[in-house]
Amino acid sequence: MADVTGTTTDTGTRYDFGGDEFVYVEISPEMSLPAHFASLAITRRLREEALPGVEEICPSNASYMVRVDPDRIDPRDLVRELQRIEAEVGSAASEDPDFVVDTRIVDVPIMFADPWTHEVLMRFRDRHQDPSGTDLDYGARINGYDSAESFIAALAGAPYLVTMMGFVPGLPWCFQLVPRERQVEVPKYVRPRTETPERAFGFGGAFAVIYPVKGAGGYQLFGSAPAPIFDGAQEQPDFADEDSVVFFRHGDLIRFRRIDQAEYDDVRGQVEARRWRYRTRPVRFSPSRWLADPDGTNAALVGELDR
Amino acid sequence: MSVLVRDPGLETTVQDTGRLGHYAIGFPPSGALDSYAYHVGNALVGNAPGAAALEAVYLGPTLEFTTDTVVAVTGAEIPVTLDGEPVPTWESVAVRAGQTLAFGQLAGGARPYVAVAGGIDVPPYYGSRSTYTLVGIGGFGGRALAEGDELPLGDAAVDPRAGRRVDEADIPEHPTTAELRLLVGLHSYRLTPDSLERFTSTPWKVTPDANRVGYRYRGAELEFVPREQPFGAGSDPANVTDCGYPVGSVQVPGGVEPIVLLQDAVTGGGYATLGTVVSVDRDRLAQTKTGDHTRFVPVDLDEALTIRRDRAGRLDRVRRSLA
Repeated sequence: MADVTGTTTDTGTRYDFGGDEFVYVEISPEMSLPAHFASLAITRRLREEALPGVEEICPSNASYMVRVDPDRIDPRDLVRELQRIEAEVGSAASEDPDFVVDTRIVDVPIMFADPWTHEVLMRFRDRHQDPSGTDLDYGARINGYDSAESFIAALAGAPYLVTMMGFVPGLPWCFQLVPRERQVEVPKYVRPRTETPERAFGFGGAFAVIYPVKGAGGYQLFGSAPAPIFDGAQEQPDFADEDSVVFFRHGDLIRFRRIDQAEYDDVRGQVEARRWRYRTRPVRFSPSRWLADPDGTNAALVGELDR
Repeated sequence: MSVLVRDPGLETTVQDTGRLGHYAIGFPPSGALDSYAYHVGNALVGNAPGAAALEAVYLGPTLEFTTDTVVAVTGAEIPVTLDGEPVPTWESVAVRAGQTLAFGQLAGGARPYVAVAGGIDVPPYYGSRSTYTLVGIGGFGGRALAEGDELPLGDAAVDPRAGRRVDEADIPEHPTTAELRLLVGLHSYRLTPDSLERFTSTPWKVTPDANRVGYRYRGAELEFVPREQPFGAGSDPANVTDCGYPVGSVQVPGGVEPIVLLQDAVTGGGYATLGTVVSVDRDRLAQTKTGDHTRFVPVDLDEALTIRRDRAGRLDRVRRSLA
């Protein structure tokens, strides 16, 4: 085999090449907020530095990826630059009180145990770990909750951070801002479904997602969002104002708020009238402060939405 | 100034160099899969690089022109006729208003490209005219062409002229066993050494599940190194914590069906990636079809960069010879 094994720095970060056009950097094989904060700090600095040959910067959960133009910078030289930036800001991201992210918190209504995902998940029971129940029952049991109700309360009980965007346009990977022992983790389906409803709220590994469009999918199905997160024609005011076809941005904070069918129908009505707007508030997020006091920081962040 | 689609073929789409710059929010690049054939087609008809052309697969479209113009068919080896009379490929051809371009049966490769002087003038979407059918954007109505579509033509051809021809030596061959060079890496450590060896020694067969999103192959079983899965990755041994996927990267969900991700693929996910096909060889891949065989040949970064430079030099030379 040709030796193209990437280099690993003493922090454990792994650098490797995705062909001639991509550099892949894995901060950690496991998901953790400190790993994500390092990825966030490095990719922000990289964007500020605007190095020639850096074509696209894709932050992700515990890693990030750069699309490089190798005609302008040798990918090996780029790796050296990335290692320099890592040394400057990577590990400090979780400790330095001056590292803060100016972002926004978004209120995202979710109807858990909704009829639409229920209908689909019941049709694909043969592809699931536990054909006898629902995805919510299964998720509750393997995470040690005594009922689907208490499991839903935990899912909606603390905010999430958008730690990666992609898969398809506009899909946010959301990591819940709770200490490790309270984090939900579920496997993906044994075999992926060929169908997932548009706007389904799913969970796989340690991540919650909303599916922007209908399609295949392997995440556990827990609910449905009434409001769009992808709007190809930019018909809703949020999308038109931002001139964007996707709503979420990397680094957004999200409160998934449990709603009933009446509120679901009300939001759908606003969407159909093309006057739906998400409730958002600007917030300053401090990783070091969150790590020192998760629950207090969460209460302050979510409090902004209810002011 | 338009082209009427009399028969769309199997799946013909408008493509250009792709929608770059939005990978981080989940937009794959789209764009012509066989970039060499696409670029040479534009050079033949006197278009500036980047004009939109048509990409067909297996079955070519039947196209009627409403205006006098110049066209060129490149890519797959396939007979082409104008009003029933054979015309050459890899050569620019004059077309008169009312004439019909049609295709015969594919003889080699998989994807013919049709370049038209002025380019296909559909509105750009996020900076590109390329079709991305998954979410229905770009190209003609965000979808593959259908019978009765009328494609607008641009008027920006730099120097349209019939009779330009590509040298025989610069026309790629389409062997039924393609060699795709790749950089091994990313999460290749997840496969056992035996399996990694098997990956590069197996002649993989292209399955029917082979399209612009990706190509799936069968031919051997690969095994993952057993481990306790890291937090966040999910329980399957093929899973890693969700991350970005390079275009051209190879994953093996379940260990039985390697998938090479192409220009319309998902931009990230939770499957271990064992390497990435070098960008130039996506052209070769695009000209393979179901039932063909493919070998993956490991190269290092220096070789990958040399392959890239050689291709750029060749394309420059071909463009100069046609100018």
